[in-house]
Amino acid sequence: MSAATIVTLPDQATARIPKMNFLTKENGLLSWLLTGDHKRIATLYLISITFFFFIGGALAGLIRLELLTPQNDLVAADTYNKLFSMHGLIMVFFFLVPSVPATIGNFLMPMMVGAKDLALPKINLLSWYLYVIGGLMMLWTMCVGGVDTGWTFTTPLSTHYLNTHVVSAAMSVFVAGFSSILTGLNFIVTIHKMRCPGMTWFRLPLFVWSNYAASILMVLGTPVLAITLTLVALERIFHIGVFDPAFGGDPLLFQHLFWFYSHPAVYIMILPGFGVISEVISTFSRKRVFGYTAVAFSSVAIAVFGFFVWAHHMFIMGISNYSALVFSLLTMLVAVPSAIKIYNWAFTLYKGSITFETPMLYAIGFMGLFTIGGLTGVFLGATGTDIHLTETYFVVAHFHFVMVGGMLMSFLAGIHFWWPKWTGRMYPEKISQLAALTTFIGFNLTFFPQFILGTLGMPRRYAAYPPEFQVLNVFSTAGATVLGIGYLLPILYLTWSLKYGAIAGDNPWHATGLEWQTQSPPLTENFPEIPIMDHEAYDYEWLERMERKEVASV
Amino acid sequence: MSHISPVLWQFLVKWLTNFSLFPPEASKVAPQMDALYFFMVLISLVGLTVVILLIVSFSVLYNKKRHPVAVQIEGSTLLEATWTIIPLGLFLITFVWGALLYFRIYTPPANAMNIYVVGKQWMWKIEHPGGQHEIDALHVPIGRPVQLTIISQDVFHSFSIPAFRVKREAIPGRYTSVWFEATVPGTYHLFCTQYCGTNHSQMIGEVVAMKPDDFRQWLQGSTSGNSLAQDGERLFASLSCNACHNPRPDSRGPNLVGIYGSHLTLASGETVTVDDAFLRQAILNPSEHVTPGYAPIMPTYQGQISEEGVFALVEYLKHLDSDYRIQQTLNTTVLPADNEGSPAPGAKGSKAPGEVKQ
Repeated sequence: MSAATIVTLPDQATARIPKMNFLTKENGLLSWLLTGDHKRIATLYLISITFFFFIGGALAGLIRLELLTPQNDLVAADTYNKLFSMHGLIMVFFFLVPSVPATIGNFLMPMMVGAKDLALPKINLLSWYLYVIGGLMMLWTMCVGGVDTGWTFTTPLSTHYLNTHVVSAAMSVFVAGFSSILTGLNFIVTIHKMRCPGMTWFRLPLFVWSNYAASILMVLGTPVLAITLTLVALERIFHIGVFDPAFGGDPLLFQHLFWFYSHPAVYIMILPGFGVISEVISTFSRKRVFGYTAVAFSSVAIAVFGFFVWAHHMFIMGISNYSALVFSLLTMLVAVPSAIKIYNWAFTLYKGSITFETPMLYAIGFMGLFTIGGLTGVFLGATGTDIHLTETYFVVAHFHFVMVGGMLMSFLAGIHFWWPKWTGRMYPEKISQLAALTTFIGFNLTFFPQFILGTLGMPRRYAAYPPEFQVLNVFSTAGATVLGIGYLLPILYLTWSLKYGAIAGDNPWHATGLEWQTQSPPLTENFPEIPIMDHEAYDYEWLERMERKEVASV
Repeated sequence: MSHISPVLWQFLVKWLTNFSLFPPEASKVAPQMDALYFFMVLISLVGLTVVILLIVSFSVLYNKKRHPVAVQIEGSTLLEATWTIIPLGLFLITFVWGALLYFRIYTPPANAMNIYVVGKQWMWKIEHPGGQHEIDALHVPIGRPVQLTIISQDVFHSFSIPAFRVKREAIPGRYTSVWFEATVPGTYHLFCTQYCGTNHSQMIGEVVAMKPDDFRQWLQGSTSGNSLAQDGERLFASLSCNACHNPRPDSRGPNLVGIYGSHLTLASGETVTVDDAFLRQAILNPSEHVTPGYAPIMPTYQGQISEEGVFALVEYLKHLDSDYRIQQTLNTTVLPADNEGSPAPGAKGSKAPGEVKQ
């Protein structure tokens, strides 16, 4: 291999996947469905969220097709409303929220802290079952006619005016919410109680820190969502009059309750992604993350401030001018930790020894797109410009830059990065680099025009729009096609690599994390014996010494 | 260019000639908002450029071929403080600037002319004080502040005029308001931007900004015969409001003359300013807004008056400045002799209110 790579694979002629590993330990469907192994549950999660991602993606494709022309011609207005509602619900609650924590996080958390499993393995399995039950309820909702409330369930539209399947959709999210609470709870207990000897808080990988912060948000925020959705269902069935002004209720109360969860939810979705980026950037620049403590605490700061900014979704909704002022200020403050992270990552590259394998390409793509996503958030956090930009495509573009450009990029970075650990085989490098590039180009072509559309005033959730907006919409739809290819490629070559990928060996990237110091795929118990952490996180000099010792002893 | 399809070619030419990055600036606040917008675009470009430059230059300088051994660096408090304080400072500037703009847009000047807006699935109903009714269209004069008082009669809607850079949610059960001063005559988009059900994307209309003379002409040509306050006066009589709310010494309800804008202490001890929102609440939910000295006998009018009706009553009370006018409504109403009875239907105010705004 040339110098521009850090990959060292074992001799493919003699290399074998370890006979004993978590995948081969037991066979049969039941051994998967009743497993307590966090790695197997993570695999179940990976399969199920991929399934929902492609359903959500197909819905997005239909939305973009409808918006190719200004007229409402491909589908009826009601159908269009269902498409974007189901797209939002599935992508937010069945893909983004569980994406990194429940798959990569589930797979890695015990290994990273040096434990055999999560603290509560059965609860972990229960959380997957809740996810599946919620998911099936959502699919059922979709099959019997769908729901057209938007993913926000805005009252009184959702409680009194729509005759679609609002209650079953709300209950599906309610159930899935408990899956997320249980995952969060499990992570918190594990991080507090299961760290191996020597693993102090400041030796934890940053992935653990960011998932810890996200877990706190899941545990404290999701119950509020559960209560809110229950109230929506009760209001709809029994007209209890909490949100309906005709019965003395307050429709703004719903907005407060909903955004009290749903703004922190944004950080539930993005924080674990930050963790992936820290790991990837450090590994591929062979350097400790620049300002470890600042990055760790900025995650916690985001989690704390994240709870006090919800009303920035309501600046134009008749909240008092002064409360808008307070929430705008807090929003500006929560933007700062994100800025710190970006610059810390950029400076991690400084004086590193950088290589550009696929995970790194996704991570660099993440940094660019998340910077745009974060900065456009400031446009919306400033009360004055929010008046013009909110409820337009500017918002759509902003959160897709954060959620898709940020979270999905980091999810793919993580999947590629830990794929060799997970399966014991490498993904094909060249085609996956192509996929990363395709995704980046397709993404920008899809969502950048939407910033301009929003500034021009095009409202979101419109099935038909004034003809002068067409060209930018055509660009956006064209980009979505490219983006679709970018997402289809990984599923093809990753599946291919399960059988034909090169044998990866324990640590193909020469990464420092504890998960890399065990075999790939790991044993069910993760480590032959509980490791002892005697060095800092991202200590590449320690790794070098270890590797030299190994060579010497052989 | 023979290999490019003519349709595509036309399409691109058309777009390039009409390309714009922001909507027309047709109100006084629009250039101010665009200034802040472009300031933020500038910050974003600088921030993004710095990030890209760092990534690209480090990637070139420190890639493995050129720099095979990494130098371990813990961090740098100075550098980290720099990229904490500079973004924080910039964000605080945008915060203050944005807040100033926000207060400007949501604090109407005292001399603004008032227009009432009712949103419903899926149309906008506009009520001018002069009695002009519009649907999905709003005519306004240029060079004069216009305040919109907005309410929805069903679900959330949002009243958005991109060319004026203003937007306000229409909420069921409560008034919101926004104001603007149009500067350039023309026809602009009016959108509902809050998702409101099936025909959300059809809940659009146009805003026509007109020169003052044209606007006056339009008002005259579109009048429905009665001003909004006159409609309110008719309602006031036909709902028998005047049976209790009159200047007689033994009246059962407080006299409403000159009440608008005054400060009241309610029976609950709460002090309120009588504005549109208070009047609406007092009409629809009277038992919670009792004036001391009067028995809480007023029934609720929830569900009996349309939102336009409430607007008419509010507009009437706003301009109610003498007992004489209530007396006039009493003269045209057959008052029940101290007990309940139905008022004469169709009772009509004979006297036009004095100073209906144009």
